[in-house]
Amino acid sequence: MEFFRNTSIDFLGKKWYFLAFSLIFSVAGVFSMLFWHGIPLGVDFRGGTLVTVKYAHPPDAAKIHSELEAAGLKNARVQPSANNEVLIALDIQQTSEQDLTKGKEQIKQVLAGPTASANAGKFDLNNSSSLGLANYLLEKDPLHLSTDANPRYTAIAQGIVDQKDKVRGGVLGSIDELNGIADPAVLASLKAGAFTSDFGVRDVAIVGPQVGQQLRRQAWLATLYSLAGMLVYLGLRFEWIYGVAAVLTVFHDTLITVGAFSLLNWEISLTVIAAILTLIGYSNNDTIVVFDRIRENIKLLRRDKLADIVNKSINQTLSRTILTAGLTFLTVLALFLFGGEVLHGFSFALVIGILIGTYSSIAIAAPILVAYQEWRAGRGQQPISMPVRTGNGQKEKVKA
Amino acid sequence: MNKNLTWKWAVIAATLLLFLFGIFGIPKDWTGKGLLASITDRIHLGLDLRGGTHLILQVQVNDAVNVDSDNAIARLREDLRTKKINYADMTKPDPVNHAELIVVKGVTPDQSSDFKTIVSDRLPDYDVTSGAENSFNVAMKATNLSELKKRAVEQAIETIRNRIDQLGVSEPVIQEHSLGSYQILVQLPGVDDPARVKEIIQSTAMLEIKQSRGGPYSSEQQALQENGGVLPPDSVLMPAKAGMRGDREAGEQWYIISRAAAVSGRDLRTAEPSRDENGQPAVRFILTGDGGRKFYSFTSAHVGDYLAVVLDNKVQEVAVIKEAIRDTGIINGRFTEQQVTDLAMTLRSGALPAGIKYLEERTVGPSLGADSIKSGVRAAVAGMLAVLIFMLVYYRWAGVNADVALILNLIILLGFMGFFGAVLTLPGIAGVILTVGMGVDSNVLIFERIREELRNGKTPPSAVEQGFSHAWVTIVDTHVTTIVSAAILFIFGTGPVKGFATTLVFGLAANLFTAVFVSRVIFDWILGRKQRGEALSI
Repeated sequence: MEFFRNTSIDFLGKKWYFLAFSLIFSVAGVFSMLFWHGIPLGVDFRGGTLVTVKYAHPPDAAKIHSELEAAGLKNARVQPSANNEVLIALDIQQTSEQDLTKGKEQIKQVLAGPTASANAGKFDLNNSSSLGLANYLLEKDPLHLSTDANPRYTAIAQGIVDQKDKVRGGVLGSIDELNGIADPAVLASLKAGAFTSDFGVRDVAIVGPQVGQQLRRQAWLATLYSLAGMLVYLGLRFEWIYGVAAVLTVFHDTLITVGAFSLLNWEISLTVIAAILTLIGYSNNDTIVVFDRIRENIKLLRRDKLADIVNKSINQTLSRTILTAGLTFLTVLALFLFGGEVLHGFSFALVIGILIGTYSSIAIAAPILVAYQEWRAGRGQQPISMPVRTGNGQKEKVKA
Repeated sequence: MNKNLTWKWAVIAATLLLFLFGIFGIPKDWTGKGLLASITDRIHLGLDLRGGTHLILQVQVNDAVNVDSDNAIARLREDLRTKKINYADMTKPDPVNHAELIVVKGVTPDQSSDFKTIVSDRLPDYDVTSGAENSFNVAMKATNLSELKKRAVEQAIETIRNRIDQLGVSEPVIQEHSLGSYQILVQLPGVDDPARVKEIIQSTAMLEIKQSRGGPYSSEQQALQENGGVLPPDSVLMPAKAGMRGDREAGEQWYIISRAAAVSGRDLRTAEPSRDENGQPAVRFILTGDGGRKFYSFTSAHVGDYLAVVLDNKVQEVAVIKEAIRDTGIINGRFTEQQVTDLAMTLRSGALPAGIKYLEERTVGPSLGADSIKSGVRAAVAGMLAVLIFMLVYYRWAGVNADVALILNLIILLGFMGFFGAVLTLPGIAGVILTVGMGVDSNVLIFERIREELRNGKTPPSAVEQGFSHAWVTIVDTHVTTIVSAAILFIFGTGPVKGFATTLVFGLAANLFTAVFVSRVIFDWILGRKQRGEALSI
């Protein structure tokens, strides 16, 4: 089976279309970053409190929001997600290093609001640790144990919490869901003294201002170092202009990917930065494959114009470029579709980035090379040359 | 089969065995459950998959500096008194920003050289410089200051580790957080009760026994008023623990407490839960020999005075000294049994040298971790199957070759992680999936090149030869650039992101071996079995 065979598309002839396409997306992204959504930073970078709560029934986000507002938690963002979950985010103003967990406790209090008065003094099974439950059982002593009370109740508590977390997905609908998991006497005692609130806190991230700032700085540095690393390596392996072209291309990809996050107002978290750094590497792969072929063809076709050589090289590697991009895209798509909520931003960045990265290695990187050469020719200078590896490892300059 | 090829097959088989051992070790039993247990024994799951608590805290190193300079002041006063050198005033002008600076004012000019000698003899860590109007600046030397701060962080890590160990958490991470200043990273897999952990870490348990010079007062203002607006020298106002006297309605209570301590947590030999004379839970402590002597000389000099037990700058108990005490005492203060156990434990594990501030807290509930594993594995299997099937359809028999290489790639990747005890996080699983996608790139590059060479009329053996040698240069370039960005991620990232970088680097390194070496051996083997001129299935 073969999709592409002996294609001869004039890619360089279409460079103005490519330029227009890239400009539209980059400019839209930059405008959004400057004037619309800004760069929407996640809790990792801007600092703040993010609590993921799971409900036993479909939650009412608007109601939760107004309740939080009424309790004085202004600007809280309430975002419903899959599986009866709600993400509640507080900004950095409500997250001080003096009392890091205050916001979290306030959220818990507000959410417990309607059931709190009815169940005052009772033990909340959906928001307790196994240790807390073990202590509770130890105190009530429903089995009237004289020896080994501590280990026995600890084991019972662990069983109940496992049932809640691993079987029921983090929240119990009622104590009856524990039937068969614990001794009837334990269940009777729980029914008398405990209750299941309609939510359970699944995940908490609280980032103070200092760490947020630290992480922002590191993300910038990591991105810059990575770009600089590429520039140096490619400068050494090829000519410096190839490094510049590759880095400009990757910068273009990063800009459009971040722009897409800004346009959609999706938050950029630590894992999204990881995805972007991966893209820097990946997009470079594509560019290098094309450059390698250009280098090889310059040696073989000494008489041809650089533009023709570049076109031929892109066509020769087109099959590989599309296939690899398609296969990587398949795996990333699997991540996006099945990877779950936590990896959503991460896989989205990769989905966008692989599309853009593949496009740009054809439509941006190669035309930059040709444009540079034409610019130099226009100034009456020598056209760029290219070090070529010869059999005995010596470098030899070949005119393009 | 030629001899060269046999040797290469042996290398591949040995690699396969080695990395299978890396994944499984020697399993205890060969059932599915036993195998799974031995995998999880060797490849550790990250916090995001297991659930657990992640904290970043900052050591308030300034506290440690203040303790040191307070002691220096106490020593200096003592020495100046015995040497009969007069001075008007000795203070720390800026204990928040420059806790290392002591200013001594009003030393008479004819005694100033004696003063300097005493400082340099008795306080070797400090430098003395003359200031305006007969004053002297006594400041800790810069090297000693940074050493002291560094030691404070090390000691804090040690203390926190001791305390966490007593909680019985498996595989805790407690280390200096290299990305910030004076920060400590604490990761506790499987701990579902961060509040209790924080309580145990946070209670600095800075136990001090000091002299109480007045109180209780109902407010700071009242304390000042009753003392004519000024506190006695070297004294501070300190709040008492709420409801200290068993009287919760009493409101705030303040005491005037001496700045220097008679004995502190460092003089403690041991502490254990006990009961006081009323049968209430209390902590009994025993002092070290040295501490006991210090305590004896203090109490014998202050019979009839009041003694305050101060814990984390809160007065726990005030009692009159009836007679000289040697080395045992009791701290009571309406504790619950749990509090007494925790307090005794924190006292035993040593006092934190400085206070602690929390900068970041993350808790992943075990249910979320379980969901993440499910979806991560589902995505991995779906992505992998899609790639494997595509390669089979598109390249036919050569696709089998690529698929074998890919599976071996995965085995080596997981084996690496097993050997290095690497941590698998959710982004790490994503890294595994990406490795599949990017790893297959090498195969595509080679196969496309072989097809091209075949189209150009080369025979299968020479097309394979050319395909591999041309693609090799490109593969090295692409791998180096990706490994560079992954390595930068590893250096800058923490937790989950680090896990991602780890899998990506190992995966791509393994790919160089599988896609190039293993694939080539399989091709050579197939070519060797074919008749001359027979077509290659690709």
